[in-house]
Amino acid sequence: MSGKSRRDFLKLAGLAGAGLVAAPALAVAESAKAPVDNNELGMLYDATKCVGCKACMSACKRVNSDYGALSYEQAGFDPDKLWDAPQDLTGSTRTLIKLFKESPSEWSYVKYSCMHCQKPSCVSVCPVAAMVKDKITGIVDYKKDACIGCRYCQVACAFNIPKFQWDKAIPQIVKCDLCKNTNLKSAGISACAEVCPTGAILFGKRGELLTEAKKRLAEQPKLYVNHIYGEHELGGTNHLYLTALPVKKLGLPELQHDAPAEFSEKIQHTIYKGFIAPVALYGALCFIAVRNMKKQEPDVGGKGDEKHEP
Amino acid sequence: MKNMSHDEYQIQRGKILTPSFWVLLTLTVIGFTLIAVRFIWGIGAVSNMSDGYPWGLWITYDVATGTAIACGGYAVAILVYIRNKMSYHPLIRSAVLTSLFGYGLAGFSVMVDVGRPWNAYNFFIPSQWQANSAMFEVALCVMAYTTVLAIEFLPAVLNRLQQTNWSRARDFLDTYHGRFGLDTPVVLEKLDKLRQLALRIQPKLDKVLIFVIVLGITLPTMHQSSLGSLLLIASTKLHPLWHTGFLPLLFLINCMFIGYSIAILESVISSYGFKRPFEMEQLSGLAAIVPYLTGLWLAVVVGDLAWRGQLANALRLDFYSGFFLLEFGLVASGSLLLFSRKRRQSPRWLFITAVLIVLGGALYRFNVYLIGFNPGQGWRYFPSLAELLITVGIVAFEILGYQVLVKLFPVLPRLHGHEDPAVTQPHDLPQPAPQQA
Repeated sequence: MSGKSRRDFLKLAGLAGAGLVAAPALAVAESAKAPVDNNELGMLYDATKCVGCKACMSACKRVNSDYGALSYEQAGFDPDKLWDAPQDLTGSTRTLIKLFKESPSEWSYVKYSCMHCQKPSCVSVCPVAAMVKDKITGIVDYKKDACIGCRYCQVACAFNIPKFQWDKAIPQIVKCDLCKNTNLKSAGISACAEVCPTGAILFGKRGELLTEAKKRLAEQPKLYVNHIYGEHELGGTNHLYLTALPVKKLGLPELQHDAPAEFSEKIQHTIYKGFIAPVALYGALCFIAVRNMKKQEPDVGGKGDEKHEP
Repeated sequence: MKNMSHDEYQIQRGKILTPSFWVLLTLTVIGFTLIAVRFIWGIGAVSNMSDGYPWGLWITYDVATGTAIACGGYAVAILVYIRNKMSYHPLIRSAVLTSLFGYGLAGFSVMVDVGRPWNAYNFFIPSQWQANSAMFEVALCVMAYTTVLAIEFLPAVLNRLQQTNWSRARDFLDTYHGRFGLDTPVVLEKLDKLRQLALRIQPKLDKVLIFVIVLGITLPTMHQSSLGSLLLIASTKLHPLWHTGFLPLLFLINCMFIGYSIAILESVISSYGFKRPFEMEQLSGLAAIVPYLTGLWLAVVVGDLAWRGQLANALRLDFYSGFFLLEFGLVASGSLLLFSRKRRQSPRWLFITAVLIVLGGALYRFNVYLIGFNPGQGWRYFPSLAELLITVGIVAFEILGYQVLVKLFPVLPRLHGHEDPAVTQPHDLPQPAPQQA
């Protein structure tokens, strides 16, 4: 009888195993991509127009400091705290301008901030829906009242955008929300785009920004690298880049065109579809265990009952 | 329900306040002091984690690896209740106890690690549920499984409550009579009510226990595979040697062979530490299962690497390939050694092979969560001393708790062929009894 239940077990294990094994294969086979929504809001950063004045950085911190719990970052040479001097995107800095210089003639500014993906990994992985993508504007926003601070969004983001406040007892995740909670409400535009003196940051709908970017590429093909960064990266982002130098040199990762979240969700959904597999597993295991126990009863029965109820 | 029989277990006799108790207690206090520092000055004050490496030692060891090491209860439960090998039943209670500690403290570590633990109630608010997230599944399953383990351990507590005559409580009351506002007869009456309650609950619990136990087999199957799914999203950061759609399957098999190996290790170590005879028959039986699981796991690893064209990367002998080969070699060598029946009969070889396999299996989890994880240029991570001491403190607390509880409750397998006085008078621990030979 033990042989039979063992066969059952192996059968069951085989089934469960097969399901799990099949999952990734299925996930790879189907590659129906979600359509891109060009009506979502985004920004186009044209590195060739940027003069590195950092007005966008100071506007961002001015507008969002209270809502985003951002503070000024002190540099080592500045004991009097005269300047805000962030070195990188941090728990206090949502956007940052950097200069990349290869030679006196080959250089470029570059602006970092959230890419507002069409299919954001951070939203996909957040266990408590603290990262949410607005259905209409497509803005990826952070809800600190829901966040548990697990930092899975940081692990998941291929652009390394979400930042954590490591030095605070009550920390939060910091990332660009396209001024959804601040300037967008009052002025209808993100603060960085509003203050940019050279028009290097355009704010608008993704479709319009894409058209503008293509127009610029067509008009001045020699000025730009022929690549709109964000058009296809990870299934498309709402923040787009035009650059004169290859993006990799500017610290932007070279990425595939598939959204990682499509891959992981497909596997997770295959295993947990309708919660059928876990319930079936539980039911089958219960059946086997109870039957095993019934078989056991006659052997040990009798003497046991009185024994442990003295 | 007779396989729940309590006669299979006994209370380990001996002093509670041993030298190792004090060492472990010191480590625990250091760890918990540093945890206080973390809550006052932020995670950055004690840890080397960064925005590039947002998950460090705590998640990698305490959660991802610690729960696998705590899978002894899961692995032995499959063997006993599903494969119907009742001869392993005596091992289950100590396995469940270590699992309870492992999982309980993994949950505790998570609360230390997460930045905003006060928001954790959101896991119970349906509007916040996020079924796309593997983390959501892991969190709910781990919470549920910890509860299940506590219920599985309950019979040991109830059994003890029924048989005790509260000698320690009596001593305590005698010494401090009248102080703390304790009135001896009233307290004793209440304690007796507790015993009556335990007597009433026990049979009811026995009736439903099997359904709880099966839940305790289903839940780890779910969340151990999901621990692998957690890293599926990091397709640009996790090295291709480890990033594969088979992560959930590999983590599931991995926790099973770690579970059986840990059950062997625990039994060998507690036999040695508590000077009990080795449970050779059960141990060599467990050891015979392990090579099939590791063999399957190694086959999936190699097959998957070949399918994705990564075999050359695996043999390149660079940093990543080195760690991959080490992980692979540890598991493979431990398994090969176990194919010999003779070695499976030797406590020494059982110990060595189990250590090799647990180390290899644990290194696999480290590789996936930390070593193979590269967020981009410029990021480095190695745990800080304080971070390490917090983990050490939590592990020390785990061992401490196990040591104490096996001396308070009937957890360890009953010794056969030994006339054991502890059996006939299960109350009265603090006799100046010499340790069992």
